[in-house]
Amino acid sequence: MAELDKTQLAQFLLRMGDNTLILGHRVSEWCGHSPVLEEDIALANTALDLLGQTQLWLGYAVEVQGEGKTADDVAFLRDAWDFRNLLLVELPNGDFGQTMMRQFLFDAFHSVLLGRLLQSSDQMVREIAEKASKEVAYHVERSSDTVVGLGDGTEESHARMQAALDYLWPYVGEMFASDDNDRAIAAAGVAPDPASLRDEYDALIGKVLAEATLRIPDSDFAHKGGRTGTMHTEHLGHILCQMQWLQRAYPNATW
Amino acid sequence: MYAQMVKSTGEGVKSRDDMSPEEVAFQDKVDADIKIEPRDWMPDGYRKTLIRQIGQHAHSEIVGQLPEGNWIARAPTLERKMILLAKVQDEAGHGLYLYSAAETLGVTRDELTEALLSGKMKYSSIFNYPTLNWADIGAVGWLVDGAAIMNQVPLQRTSYGPYSRAMIRICKEESFHQRQGYDIMMKMAQGTPEQKKMAQDALNRFWYPSLMMFGPSDAESVHSAQSMAWKIKINTNDELRQKFVDQTVPQAEYLGLTVPDENLKWNEEKGGYDFSEPDWSEFFDVLKGNGPCNNDRLNARVNAWEDGQWVRDGLLAHAEKKAARKVAAE
Repeated sequence: MAELDKTQLAQFLLRMGDNTLILGHRVSEWCGHSPVLEEDIALANTALDLLGQTQLWLGYAVEVQGEGKTADDVAFLRDAWDFRNLLLVELPNGDFGQTMMRQFLFDAFHSVLLGRLLQSSDQMVREIAEKASKEVAYHVERSSDTVVGLGDGTEESHARMQAALDYLWPYVGEMFASDDNDRAIAAAGVAPDPASLRDEYDALIGKVLAEATLRIPDSDFAHKGGRTGTMHTEHLGHILCQMQWLQRAYPNATW
Repeated sequence: MYAQMVKSTGEGVKSRDDMSPEEVAFQDKVDADIKIEPRDWMPDGYRKTLIRQIGQHAHSEIVGQLPEGNWIARAPTLERKMILLAKVQDEAGHGLYLYSAAETLGVTRDELTEALLSGKMKYSSIFNYPTLNWADIGAVGWLVDGAAIMNQVPLQRTSYGPYSRAMIRICKEESFHQRQGYDIMMKMAQGTPEQKKMAQDALNRFWYPSLMMFGPSDAESVHSAQSMAWKIKINTNDELRQKFVDQTVPQAEYLGLTVPDENLKWNEEKGGYDFSEPDWSEFFDVLKGNGPCNNDRLNARVNAWEDGQWVRDGLLAHAEKKAARKVAAE
């Protein structure tokens, strides 16, 4: 297997950890405002799982970087251009339907990816994937059920879910857009090339969306720039304004 | 103490002679600490008072998610964010247990929710105060959950079985929350001058509203006398308030913070602190809807309910379709 340099491994880990950090943050915004108590509790669970995974991915990323930083340092003190999350996860919550559709589109990808990471050549990646894949198996089951329930619910809920899918679909392609870093990571056996996950993903979401009576948009256009850091959406800056405010305003404090 | 000024029958405690045979048997069970269960006979007033009390408590948990939820997105570390999120999630869980306990008395969760949203039912006055700096999250855990525990620990022994069992679960989580809150206060009080300032500011703003949580003196209240005879209220408001002050003042001293009360003084004779009464006119204003956050809190609940209508309708419609398809297939 090819030798991997530590910047490449760290880049992969930041991509994993930034996805879970930003999505966990977004989902946590629902706490106290969900349509039903049971949903409130379930969404908080999802956010908690994602934030727990963030600690592991980012914790490993800083260990690999070896610059003496902590997971909190990278979460709370980087600017937007250093974030490596998918654009999909930084998009606004919108209504409950849009939140659940975003969750489903990500969960499906996450579950397929984590399944492959169980065979990673890197022991730490394997261990994190082992913990995370159990949690994400539940996430994808729950978000699938909700997408089906609302897609095949009332006329209004169907229309809202279709609108959510139409809005989010252009952000799906980025998950599978490989670059040189992905190819190096794949060559070293740490993680699969994301492009290789697309068929399994399409089969999974195709089945659920059909059951939800929703139509997959007829376009393969993909917005990109999140996982490479070249161009995030305007939304990320606002997330960071909130998330990083205390750390930025009181730089010498411990919390 | 998430239920304040819960009205009972208003007629005072009946003497044994005035009770029907059923009422006598009921009171004997309560006196013997035998739990009343949903299918048992109970006086109408007992049922109604409990629905008011448990409902108000449940609403307080749900509205109580909001002031703390206000800081989830701004929590300063990953760990603090997770602890806070888990805590606010616990409150939703407490709401769920309590609504379920109330349902055993013959009222639905939707009916109780409608009563909250229309303003017919109240929630604890404390949640109408804002959380303005990060130390407020510590102060809410330390003081607000601390005050709640004072009342909820004795309520584990309350006469109504489902309520008592809900309180046992809730108390375990609440005491954990209180410790988490105190842990934040410790970090803040021992931190930078700015952090210490936040901690003192939080204590200044939350001290009197926390004392108000116990409600005004109820030594003379006919409602409280009836509730105590039925063991759905265990101590008077003044007893609990005194206990809270006695417990909290040394904790504030340990933090190096000053309780904002010039009259606070140890009274050797009574073995407790003398302290100033909160401004009860402010308390009644808050109950009337004039607290700093009443409108925002209720609007947030109304919006969550109204914005969620299509979701509840959609999921219900799907469940019905699924059931119909299953029947058709059989």
